[in-house]
Amino acid sequence: MSQLDELFARCRTEGRAALVGYLPVGFPSYDASVEAMTAMVEAGVDAVEVGMPYSDPLMEGPVIQAAHQAALDAGTRQADVLRAVEAVAATGAPTLVMGYWNPVHRYGFRRWAQALKDAGGVGAITPDLIPEEAPEWLEACRALDLDPVFLVAPSSTDERIAVVGRTNRGFVYAAAVMGVTGARAQLGAGARDLVARVRAQTDLPVGVGIGVSTGEQAAEVAGFADAVVVGSALVTALQTGGVDAVRRLAAELAEGVRSPVRN
Amino acid sequence: MSESPDSSGHFGAYGGRFVPEALVAALDELTAAHLAARTDPVFTAELDRLLTTYAGRPTPLTDARRLSEHAGGARILLKREDLAHTGSHKINNVLGQALLTKQMGKQRVIAETGAGQHGVATATACALFGFDCTVYMGEEDTRRQALNVARMRLLGAEVIPVTSGTRTLKDATNEAMRDWVTNVETTHYVIGSVVGPHPFPMLVRDFQRVIGVEARQQCLDLVGRLPDAVVACVGGGSNAMGIFHPFLEDASVALIGCEAGGDGVETGRHAAPLTAGEPGVLHGARSYLMQDEDGQTAETTSISAGLDYPGVGPEHALLRDSGRATYTGVADAWAMQALDTLAKSEGILCAIETAHAFAGACDWGRAQVAAGKDARDLVIVVNTSGRGDKDVDTAARWFGLVTGEEVAESDLVRAHEGEQP
Ligand SMILES: Cc1ncc(COP(=O)(O)O)c(C=O)c1O
Repeated sequence: MSQLDELFARCRTEGRAALVGYLPVGFPSYDASVEAMTAMVEAGVDAVEVGMPYSDPLMEGPVIQAAHQAALDAGTRQADVLRAVEAVAATGAPTLVMGYWNPVHRYGFRRWAQALKDAGGVGAITPDLIPEEAPEWLEACRALDLDPVFLVAPSSTDERIAVVGRTNRGFVYAAAVMGVTGARAQLGAGARDLVARVRAQTDLPVGVGIGVSTGEQAAEVAGFADAVVVGSALVTALQTGGVDAVRRLAAELAEGVRSPVRN
Repeated sequence: MSESPDSSGHFGAYGGRFVPEALVAALDELTAAHLAARTDPVFTAELDRLLTTYAGRPTPLTDARRLSEHAGGARILLKREDLAHTGSHKINNVLGQALLTKQMGKQRVIAETGAGQHGVATATACALFGFDCTVYMGEEDTRRQALNVARMRLLGAEVIPVTSGTRTLKDATNEAMRDWVTNVETTHYVIGSVVGPHPFPMLVRDFQRVIGVEARQQCLDLVGRLPDAVVACVGGGSNAMGIFHPFLEDASVALIGCEAGGDGVETGRHAAPLTAGEPGVLHGARSYLMQDEDGQTAETTSISAGLDYPGVGPEHALLRDSGRATYTGVADAWAMQALDTLAKSEGILCAIETAHAFAGACDWGRAQVAAGKDARDLVIVVNTSGRGDKDVDTAARWFGLVTGEEVAESDLVRAHEGEQP
């Protein structure tokens, strides 16, 4: 059983959703980003997406874009990302990298997969890679027992959802609104439908990223998904209130995923 | 080679689809619409009608007799895309994609633009078809191509200056992609070059091939044989791909792409990925790319907004590797000199992008002569991709043709334009 499988089994027993937190490495500094990721695990985040800063993050809204740019301006390198994985994995929380493809491609994806494994990472989420372009990447993951996580979207056909369901390990990441990342005051109604469509195609757990920023919203999503993924809100917390604010928000979200609103 | 790409959009090891899953359904829909349109006589007749009666095709092939001495005496023929409606080759692609947009039942169109020529062409087609039009343009480019910003707004398009990253074409493309991910159900993204995820490199090439099809026949009619070389500038690579493609099987014809050499390729400050980049992924496709050791996209330098882009179309990457086409970097100073030469020897004020091709053509002609070829036997076709009205301000500064007072005045004009909604 992989670390992610164990996490989702435990959450099922506890009758709750898992909380997945995202922060980019090197924002506002390397040390502060690792401190914040560690703090959010202590405050109740179950799994961490370590963000690999990239010059052209197509899926990101203004908050995460600016954080990536600031991290790069501060001199963050690929080696720092791998170093951060090692530090975060030491907390015991399953640690994945969320990374755009070109930096991985440039590093050499086989060599990068090995480095990720060596650092204690459990897998990678690749927002601009689709299974059709990834046969060799999948082989590399399989050989090292890493979990490849591809995304589904509201526009995905059932056939494509089935492909992702067969390809992924760990969970299926449902980017449940059309558009870029960012906190949203109102959660779209489409998320519930998308999760239902994913469940019709696969038994893998479904994680939902949809712009959640409050404990209340986390509770709402926990009512129909297996994991609640939070990114922009944590970045904003870190930016405006430092590590303490990240700790507070993570605790609020952790309470949310433990009080699923089922209707 | 004309079978490229394969059914999943790969040109050898290049191309493909490196995109968010959210876009795959729209890309599939577009692929199907394009493949159906390609063999639909109603669609092709309608496109031909627009190209003829609206865009002014066929464009002429001009014998540039006085330019010849600058190319070692070789005969230079100009394929006059600058005479097409809106002033560049970009209209060929845009009219095709506008018809596809109508076919797919979409009402809103978005585009990225660097020099503003693709933005102007898109705004034009949207006015003609009655589509809503939003154009993303790097803030730096809205400044150096202010005339085209005004043209787009006059045509009814919304122009959004992009202030992220490098504030040039790369970031305008990022913003257009982000808009598309959000609004893909109602919106078609008219990509302006042979870049982006499958099917765009194929689709844009297919709509630009008309340049090469015409030029090949016109050359046969005029000279009685094929040219020795076909030369074009390469930003994303659409005017080059359009004129190269019908010549791919003609082994005797050299195909030469001229990238932006900026301050000189050897300085590292340029925009010449085929000349000095490595394979990588940007904006949905694998191709040559300017990047650092970590795979972060590198900054580019060029006097030409339309060539100031770190990536290039994937089919060019394949042609580069196979050796069927050769690519070279032309520095800013050399391109500007060629612009001046063309203006004074032929009375044609071309776009700065296009000037890179003339510089490359002169280099090639002289190199052939230096290698012992008889100049009188050499025929070079140069794709004159666009006209230079938009570049008058940049050129006037470069050559010092305006006084300090006049420059200050034109700054005011620009500041005023920048304030407009
Ligand atoms: C006149 C002209 N030529 C060339 C280009 C470069 O584009 P491409 O390489 O796709 O032809 C541009 C782009 O703006 C242009 O305006």
